[in-house]
Amino acid sequence: MSGPEPWSPERAAAIIAARTGDAGATLPILQALQETFGYIPDAAILMVADALNLTRAEVYGVVSFYHDFRRQPIGHHVLKLCRAEACQSMGAEALAAQVQAALQIGWGDTSADCAVTLEPVYCLGLCATAPALLLDDQPVGRLNGGRLAALLDELRAGS
Amino acid sequence: MTAIRLFVPRDAGALAVGAERVAQALHAGAARRGAPVEIVRTGSRGLYWLEPMIEVATDTERIAYGPVSADDVEPLLDAGMLSGAPHPLRLGRPEALPFLSRQTRLTFARCGIVDPLSPQDYGGHGGWRGLERAIAMAPADIVEAVVQSGLRGRGGAGFPTGVKWRTALQAPGAQKYIVCNADEGDSGTFADRMIMEGDPFVLIEGMTIAGIAVGATKGYVYIRSEYPQAIAVIRAAIDAARHAGYIGTRVTDSPHAFDLEVRVGAGAYVCGEETALLESIEGRRGQVRAKPPLPAHRGLFASPTVINNVLSLAAVPFILAEGAAAYAAHGFGKSRGTMPIQLAGNVKYGGLFEAGFGLSLGELVDDIGGGTASGRPVRAVQVGGPLGAYFPRRLFDTPFDYEAFAARDGLIGHGGIVVFDDTVDMARQARFAMEFCAIESCGKCTPCRIGSTRGAEVIDRIMRGEGDRAAHLALITDLCETLKFGSLCALGGFTPYPVMSAIRHFPEDFGMPQAVSSGTPR
Repeated sequence: MSGPEPWSPERAAAIIAARTGDAGATLPILQALQETFGYIPDAAILMVADALNLTRAEVYGVVSFYHDFRRQPIGHHVLKLCRAEACQSMGAEALAAQVQAALQIGWGDTSADCAVTLEPVYCLGLCATAPALLLDDQPVGRLNGGRLAALLDELRAGS
Repeated sequence: MTAIRLFVPRDAGALAVGAERVAQALHAGAARRGAPVEIVRTGSRGLYWLEPMIEVATDTERIAYGPVSADDVEPLLDAGMLSGAPHPLRLGRPEALPFLSRQTRLTFARCGIVDPLSPQDYGGHGGWRGLERAIAMAPADIVEAVVQSGLRGRGGAGFPTGVKWRTALQAPGAQKYIVCNADEGDSGTFADRMIMEGDPFVLIEGMTIAGIAVGATKGYVYIRSEYPQAIAVIRAAIDAARHAGYIGTRVTDSPHAFDLEVRVGAGAYVCGEETALLESIEGRRGQVRAKPPLPAHRGLFASPTVINNVLSLAAVPFILAEGAAAYAAHGFGKSRGTMPIQLAGNVKYGGLFEAGFGLSLGELVDDIGGGTASGRPVRAVQVGGPLGAYFPRRLFDTPFDYEAFAARDGLIGHGGIVVFDDTVDMARQARFAMEFCAIESCGKCTPCRIGSTRGAEVIDRIMRGEGDRAAHLALITDLCETLKFGSLCALGGFTPYPVMSAIRHFPEDFGMPQAVSSGTPR
């Protein structure tokens, strides 16, 4: 994974300008900004509000409503562990405890070595190969403690 | 020498268990042997315990092998897999596998078989015929065919699809929209994901037919962000369909215009509720709208809008191609056609099982699903996602249809069945239902926004054994009544289903006397 780019108002302006004319452009613009920078900084909220003729509060309201949008920079990898019922039935809660202990972080946090940002997710549609996670958009299923530990070792060694 | 065709799924569930490495190993292994192969990346057949399941086309039929790991590829090639030779992983003809031979695949007829990105392959397997027929029909006749088929919304509410279409057709409006609700957030469901990854043109064809039927020229597919593979496939398929002339300014050279755009969700479960989804496409917080006005009258951008689930729209091409009666011939009672049922969680044979309505829950879980993956007794199953009821074994005679589940205080929802073994703590599951409602509440109405948090707190007190248990349970019951009748949408309105079913059927987990014969292993 190439990782997010550092914040750049010029780059952000170009991303916003490319989509301003679309109907209901707020989410696609915010998603493109987060895709590029890894999160939505305050400066971006102001720029989106200006471009779409919305108040800052309206844009902030959208950012804060959706679980996907982040207000902090992320690590080299994003690990989304499924916590929904199908994965629960296959031991997801133990994996949740394991990953938090191994990385010494909570949900939404980034490990001290910046290797991994950990996020909860409620269903990946991998319910017949549970428990499952998404690592930088790549699905991983049939997890168990050993496989999760190996995966985390790999991530930390690589960063 | 013609290349041997190999089929390796690129379905997210198959990728999750190593299908990409298998494809790479096949490619490398065949190259080393100088064997010309063409590797077609398909969807999944939906037999997930056999994934990665690969197939080879011999002179006469396709032969499956599975579950194949990357390490199995060399021995398989050595054994003569490319000619369908015997091997311990050889499964034979996939259609002959009992899990598949017992199904009635109408919507999923092509999933796992065709190249998902080839409009020609889709047409070669019966696709585009419904669209062809629709173009030759009057819009009102298309709508009537869908009404006559008895198709009911597969998203969960079960509202007649044709009636929605008729309302939108009759609604005045210069611009109308078709919106596909692909925000498949229910745990235990993956049918929308499978069809989008494995047979996207059936959805595109269904949406195009809907557009012609109601006079809409623009469609949106709203896909949840948790499905990156499905998003990529649908986007590529839309481009391919446009390039081939199936959508665009002239749909297959007819006077009809129809085009499609993908919008991606942002992690809000409530956006699966249709009016919240419309708010989200419009660029706002996904808060539920009060109804009326119905979306068919005043939906997306204040225009008449048909909003249907993926499976509802994907059922439409069959109805138009084969006729409403052919679809209605399947099913049970007022639940016509087939239902793609998803067996998930702690189940031995997990996957997609499309069949006419009416199979019993027990047949689905024990016979078809094979019981638990852990080998322990089945104790509970949750049907219909996080807002669906938990069923104990003693209700396993319930037939799988809308009315029968409603009569037992449950719902079939989007057709997901999550199996739990006897290690499950039902008080924890009830607490999770309240917690999930609190996390995902859009905040618009008070019972859902506040009731869910208070509900989780009361269940915590029950679990810790604090205070008067009977009073806590009375409070939870009362709170659930308020949620059920006082919430704007199904999130608050249906959260009582998992909570109250857990209490009713598994009272021993809440420190109460055991229900009669509940949870007894067979």
